[in-house]
Amino acid sequence: MIRNIVRAALIAVGLSAGAANAEESFIVVQSTTSTQNSGLLDYILPWFEAETGIDVRVVAVGTGQAIRNAINGDGDVLLVHAKPAEEQFVIDGWGVERLDVMYNDFVLVGPKSDPAKVKGGLDVAVALAAVAEAEAPFASRGDDSGTHKAELRLWVAADTDPTGASGTWYRETGSGMGATLNVASGMGAYALTDRATWQSFGNKGNMEVLVEGDPRLFNQYGVILVNPEKHPRVRAAAGQRFIDWLTGPDGQAAISSYKLDGQQLFFPNAK
Amino acid sequence: MQGFASEFSSALSLILNGDAELWAIVLLSLKVSVFAVLISALIGMPVGAALAVARFPGRRVLIVLMNALMGLPPVVVGLLVYLMLSRSGPLGVLELLYTPTAMIIAQVVLVTPIVAALTRQVVEMLAEEYSEQLRSLGVSRLASVPVLLWDARLALLTALLAGFGRAIAEVGAVIIVGGNINHVTRVMTTTIALETSKGNLALALALGAILIGIAVAVNAMVSTLSLRAEQEGLRHA
Repeated sequence: MIRNIVRAALIAVGLSAGAANAEESFIVVQSTTSTQNSGLLDYILPWFEAETGIDVRVVAVGTGQAIRNAINGDGDVLLVHAKPAEEQFVIDGWGVERLDVMYNDFVLVGPKSDPAKVKGGLDVAVALAAVAEAEAPFASRGDDSGTHKAELRLWVAADTDPTGASGTWYRETGSGMGATLNVASGMGAYALTDRATWQSFGNKGNMEVLVEGDPRLFNQYGVILVNPEKHPRVRAAAGQRFIDWLTGPDGQAAISSYKLDGQQLFFPNAK
Repeated sequence: MQGFASEFSSALSLILNGDAELWAIVLLSLKVSVFAVLISALIGMPVGAALAVARFPGRRVLIVLMNALMGLPPVVVGLLVYLMLSRSGPLGVLELLYTPTAMIIAQVVLVTPIVAALTRQVVEMLAEEYSEQLRSLGVSRLASVPVLLWDARLALLTALLAGFGRAIAEVGAVIIVGGNINHVTRVMTTTIALETSKGNLALALALGAILIGIAVAVNAMVSTLSLRAEQEGLRHA
């Protein structure tokens, strides 16, 4: 009995080690929750996998964590949305080259009752200042994600420092976009979210989009191959193939053909 | 709430109507946790039993430590295992990160202290009961470990079930070292976390109901087995 258990355990370990050794039959992509939660990756990846036979394994975390995981070498490709941090990643030598992939936009969502009276505004900085002025609850990611970084830039634009109000009306959830939207929905708070996650979010409750269309709400996604000179075990050939596909005509067409409830969520803009 | 209830039941029936993808996830959950518990048993039971019978300085401290480790936070264990298995970590060359094996390792770390601590307790009571007998037979303390473990086997099933409960319900560690990768490392708990973050609360709850169902089924199975074994034991006696 015990011998069988040991043998079975060894087989289980051996199997997964064997799969890892079969070079470049798969790649690990460190990405952000918005690309996964919106359903985009589940939609476009089968095309790439059918064409190349390369299995794409997506680890979806916040952009900050994705970048740190990539620095540790625990991924072959980085697909995130925080351009300054991405450029720093390449400057520091962790990535080979940063390429634009696609964009969408952030929106300010909040309760339909809209206590800060921001609905319909075109200037997101004015809207955030109004939220702060009204001390209306605001749910922040607070997790160093791409969306969190964007939100902090917008607070600077609004000439307001909300962190002093942390724990009162400014609430940092320290979790993913969906979890933060669940919190916002539960406490009737405002929140900044990417449109893709919002569109596919199933627990909108009494919330709606209040401010959109400000050019500062632009949300660019970039892709980077993790530098094999830093981490020799990076599956560089397969990773580069994925990047070429994603930024090439087939990948770009796949991205623009993804629609949810008839609405396109991501707009390809690779050069 | 009316809407939620109907949403929940429709999600539940959708799942139960043979969604192949879901059953693959259920199977992976079971595979990972069962392996983790079996490996934990191989390590934890001898260690626990040895601690029960052996007498050496520092033994009480070790016991307290082991009992405390039952409360290891899964996220911390996940982080430690991640740091070990990361390509920048000491075991990075094994390329085990983001595989089911990594999840088994994390769960073994979580479950072993539970199995060891409960084994220690059971065996210690049994050893006291049998101490005269064992001494009269001239069996040394450590040599009595296999006998005591065998005699305590039914009570030890509970230790295994406690460990299994911890493993199958745990999300913090497996999501870090497994990465919740679709078709590779996605298990019940990480699926529930994912669906919750998508705002699909009814679907998440339906998945939770299935997870509870699995736990009940496993416990019922083990309890039936042990009951049968007990009756058999009585018949032989």
